[in-house]
Amino acid sequence: MERQSPLFRFFLHIAALLLAAIILAPLVWLFVMSISPAADLAAKPLRWWPETMDFSRYATLLSTVENSAGAAFMASLRNSLMVASMATVAAVSLAVPAGWAVSRTPSVGWSLSLVIATYMLPPVALAVPLYMALANFGLLNSVFGLALVYLTILAPFTTWLMKSGFDGIPREIEQAAVIDGASLWQTLRIITLPLALPVVATSALFAFLLGWDEFFYALLFTSDQRAKTLTVAIADLAGGRVSDYGLIATAGVLAALPPMLVGIVMQRALISGLTSGGVKG
Amino acid sequence: MSGTWITTRAWLLMLPLLIVMVAVIGWPLADTVHLSFTDAKLVGTSGSYVGFDNYVRLLSGNAFGRTLFTTTFFAVVVVTTEMLLGVLAALLLNQQFHGRTLLRALLILPWALPTVVNATLWRLIYNPEYGALNAALTQLGILSDYRSWLGEPGTALTALIVADCWKNFPLVALIALAALQAVPRDVVAASYVDGANAFSRFRFVTLPYLAGPLLVALVLRTIEAFKVFDIIWVMTRGGPANSTRTMSILVYQEAFSFQRAGSGASLALIVTLIITVLAVAYGTIVKKLAGSAA
Repeated sequence: MERQSPLFRFFLHIAALLLAAIILAPLVWLFVMSISPAADLAAKPLRWWPETMDFSRYATLLSTVENSAGAAFMASLRNSLMVASMATVAAVSLAVPAGWAVSRTPSVGWSLSLVIATYMLPPVALAVPLYMALANFGLLNSVFGLALVYLTILAPFTTWLMKSGFDGIPREIEQAAVIDGASLWQTLRIITLPLALPVVATSALFAFLLGWDEFFYALLFTSDQRAKTLTVAIADLAGGRVSDYGLIATAGVLAALPPMLVGIVMQRALISGLTSGGVKG
Repeated sequence: MSGTWITTRAWLLMLPLLIVMVAVIGWPLADTVHLSFTDAKLVGTSGSYVGFDNYVRLLSGNAFGRTLFTTTFFAVVVVTTEMLLGVLAALLLNQQFHGRTLLRALLILPWALPTVVNATLWRLIYNPEYGALNAALTQLGILSDYRSWLGEPGTALTALIVADCWKNFPLVALIALAALQAVPRDVVAASYVDGANAFSRFRFVTLPYLAGPLLVALVLRTIEAFKVFDIIWVMTRGGPANSTRTMSILVYQEAFSFQRAGSGASLALIVTLIITVLAVAYGTIVKKLAGSAA
C-alpha cells in the first residue's frame, strides 16, 4: 500500500467527520426533541439542547393506565411484536424446507425464482383482493390476518436467504452421514440444521425487521387498538391531533430502539446477509 | 436414490411455501387482473365487465402522465444520489483512519431506522413553525424567513428526496464496502508496482469488483423507489397540489379513498408492468455485462 501523505490523512479525517455528522445529526435531534420541554421546542430561536432534560414523555408512553396515550401506544407496541413474531415464525418454517430443497435440487430452482420475482409486485397490486378476502374471513383488524398478509413480503425473502445459506454447507457432509447409515431426516436434524442455525437466525432477524417496519398493509387492514401496529400509530401521531412534537419524537425513539439495537449487535451477520446475494450476483 | 424421487421430494418440501404463496400472492394477483376489467367498488357491488375502459380512461387522463413523471423523477434522482454517496462513503471507509470501525457501525443506523420513523423525523425537521431546518438556516443567516418546506409544491419533492437518500445511501455504502474488501490485496499491490495512477487503479482494479454488487443494489433500489409509498404518505400524502404524488399513492387514492376497486386494480397492474419491464431490462444488462466479463 502507498503510504498516506499528511494532507491525505487530514482530508480523510475531515471526510469521516462529515459523514459521521450527516448520519448522526438527524438521529441525535430525534432524541433531543424527545427530552426537551415543549416550550424549548417551540422557542425562537430554537433551543438546541434543553436546560433540564425531561424524560417524562417516556413514562407517559410506557404507562398502562387505561384510556391514556400510553395505553394506545403500548397496545400498538404489543401488536407490532405479535404480528412481526408470528409472521417471522411462519416465514422461517416455510423457508427452511423450501430453501434446502432448492439448494440440493437445482431442477426445481425456477419455482423459487418465480417466488422471488414477486418482489417486483407493488403491494397495491394485491391490496384490493386481500382487503376483500380478509373482510370475508373476518380477519380485518386482526393481528392474525395481518401476519398472514406479511408472508407476501417475508416468505420470499427468507427462502432466498435460506437457500444461499444451504448453498454454503457442503452436501458431501450430508452424503457422508447417509453412507454411515443415517436416514435423510436424521442427517438433516443432526448435521444440516445445526450447521444452518446461524443462517436461520439471520433470516429470522431480517424477517422480524421487515415485519416491524411494514406500514402499507397495516394502514389498510387495521383500524383500532386490537391490531393497529406501531408504524400506523406513529403515522397517526405525526398526522395531527398531537401538539407536543416531543411526544411524537419519543414514540419514534421507542419504535427505533429495537431494530437499532439488533442492527448494532448483529452488525456482522446482517451485513453478510445483505451482501451475500449481491456479491454472488 | 432415483432422480424422480429426489425431484418429487424437493417439490414436497416446497409445497407448504408454494401453497401459501398461491394463496396470498397468486390468487390476489389473478383477482386484481379480473377486477381491472370491471367497474367494481371496494364495498358492495362486485361490478360488471367493462373491457379495457378502465385502462383507456386512466392512460388518457392527465393524472397518470403527471404521476408517472413524478415517480420516475423521484426514482432517478434518489437512486443516482444514493449510488454516488454510497460509493463515496465506501471508498472512504476502505481507507485506514482512526474511528473507521465506529463509522462503519454508524452506517447501519439509518438503515435500521423504521421507514415511518424516518419520515416522521424529517417531517418534524421540516416543520414550518418549529422545525430544526428553518431554525438552523435562519440562525446561520442563510434564510431570512421560516419556510414551509413540505407545504410548497416547489420544495416538497426535494425535501422528500433528501429524507429518502439519507435513509438509504448507507445500505449502498455497506454493499459497496463489502465488494471493495473482496478486492485481492496482491492485485492492488501489483497495480502500484506497475505504476498505475489513482484513476486507472479505480477503473481497472476496483471497478470490476464493484460493478456486480452495485448493479444488484441498483436494481433493488430502483424497484423500491418505483414502489415508494410509506415515506410519502407520512410526510405529504402526495401533496401539496399533488406535487409529490407517486404511482402507489395514486393507486391508493383510486382504490381506497375513492373506493373504485376496478380502476384502482387497472392502475396497479400498469405500475406492475412498468416495474417488470424495468427489471427485465436491468436483468438483460446484468447478463450482458457478466457475459463480457467472463
